[in-house]
Amino acid sequence: MGATHVLDQLKKKRVAELLEAGERIDGRAFDQVRSLKIETGAVPKANGSARVHLGDTDVLCGVKIQPDRPFPDTGDRGVFICTAEMLPLSHPTVETGPPNERVIELARVVDRGIRESHMVDVSQLVIKKDVSVVGVFADNTVIDYDGNLFDACSYAATAAIRTAVSPRWEYGESGPVVVEGESSKVPVSTTPASVTMAKIGRHILVDPNADEWDCMDARITITSDSDGNICALQKGGAGGFTAQEVIECGRTAVRVGRQVRETIERSS
Amino acid sequence: MGGREAQMVLLDENGIRCDGRTVNQTRRVEIKAGVLKNADGSAYIEFGDNKILAGVYGPRDVHPKHMSDTDTGILRCRYHMEPFSVTERKNPAPSRREIEISKVIKEALLPAVMLEQFPRTAVDVYIEVLQADGGSRCAALDAAAVALADAGIPMRDLVCACAAGKAADTIILDVNNEEDQAGQADMPMGYMPNLDQITLLQLDGVLSPDEFEKCVQTAKEGCLQVYELQKKALQDRFFPGGAG
Repeated sequence: MGATHVLDQLKKKRVAELLEAGERIDGRAFDQVRSLKIETGAVPKANGSARVHLGDTDVLCGVKIQPDRPFPDTGDRGVFICTAEMLPLSHPTVETGPPNERVIELARVVDRGIRESHMVDVSQLVIKKDVSVVGVFADNTVIDYDGNLFDACSYAATAAIRTAVSPRWEYGESGPVVVEGESSKVPVSTTPASVTMAKIGRHILVDPNADEWDCMDARITITSDSDGNICALQKGGAGGFTAQEVIECGRTAVRVGRQVRETIERSS
Repeated sequence: MGGREAQMVLLDENGIRCDGRTVNQTRRVEIKAGVLKNADGSAYIEFGDNKILAGVYGPRDVHPKHMSDTDTGILRCRYHMEPFSVTERKNPAPSRREIEISKVIKEALLPAVMLEQFPRTAVDVYIEVLQADGGSRCAALDAAAVALADAGIPMRDLVCACAAGKAADTIILDVNNEEDQAGQADMPMGYMPNLDQITLLQLDGVLSPDEFEKCVQTAKEGCLQVYELQKKALQDRFFPGGAG
């Protein structure tokens, strides 16, 4: 509040004025993603990991793979869970303690995009049906914030999963036992690419940075798979979209997602 | 999330769904406004097997005070499922799913409610799912919008909601529980018809871009059907004789 509130108002005005002139505050084209750098193997103790810089947004994802109990209704499938957390050092407004609704939404949207693309083939992660399965946990941690955590976390998790190497387990007398000297990559069937767009006034911007994030009316995150199909979507924010805008965003997400997918696949 | 391999027939050769509906038909929807004595506004909806109550309090003082905004009123929303509302008992503590749904419903209602007329106050929307079926967030949003209107809070439009999805390779309106579990996609939508604004949209499941476009149009049609029922519920509440 107070001074920041005034600054926000001024910045919002500036962002909107520039958009009317066809420009973004950081000079990008409306459908241009910021520079995306993916460094894999950032944490060797994890089974797979990736550090993603999306502009100045900085996210680290580590994948841990370990035996787990299957969910009661899906004993013939392994477990895949993706989470996201904001570290208190990532932004002045982040507090320690249980996650707030924004962070819960972030984690669930990132998880849903990867899950619904069926990227991780969980049918291949069964050690003993109904008793023991392999769990793949992709945990994102936000290190520095400059907007659009949805995409940064999604790219980090996707890259980390692609590089993850899993031990092999067999079911022994009393539980799963590691088979020494055998390992394999996590079975992966597609590369999901999430594209988040902000609506400011009548303009739609791909990959909003923090300034744009603060003054958007609404946002939409659309994940597409390697076949160019849409597999997950989430609208957020206090405004709305027309049906035509939503359909247009779908096309943009598939097109931009293709470019992002190339970068992810090249670097992981 | 349940299994995706369909054992049951979701769509027969005559285009009839597992609960007897056609592809473009919603389940039975009944809405009643003004069902609670203490709440400033309330509504009850039955949407298929969903049974959901919504109660609205406010505009009223904000507690805790630091949440209040000097420029505008704030909207708070809680979507909550009763432990007995689903097959397996649900832990009564709010789950991450409920927290997310509370947030998306709040954001779906925000563009409709003229909170700027009530600075430093809060409008609280409490949604209680007594029995859950597929599509409970849409039904919850439908009831919440009617409850807000029943409370007399100035609104730009009602928000109506209905899902569309894909099962048996066909785009269908108003996905039920079986179709959600065994189908291919579920896309809940919240919509303000007069302003032509989609204010809630989620999707899980795989759709080609063309199917996505058809799904958006189908869901919108469903929303418009619910919109008429919402208006009727308010009419029955305030003009029971049919006048007006």
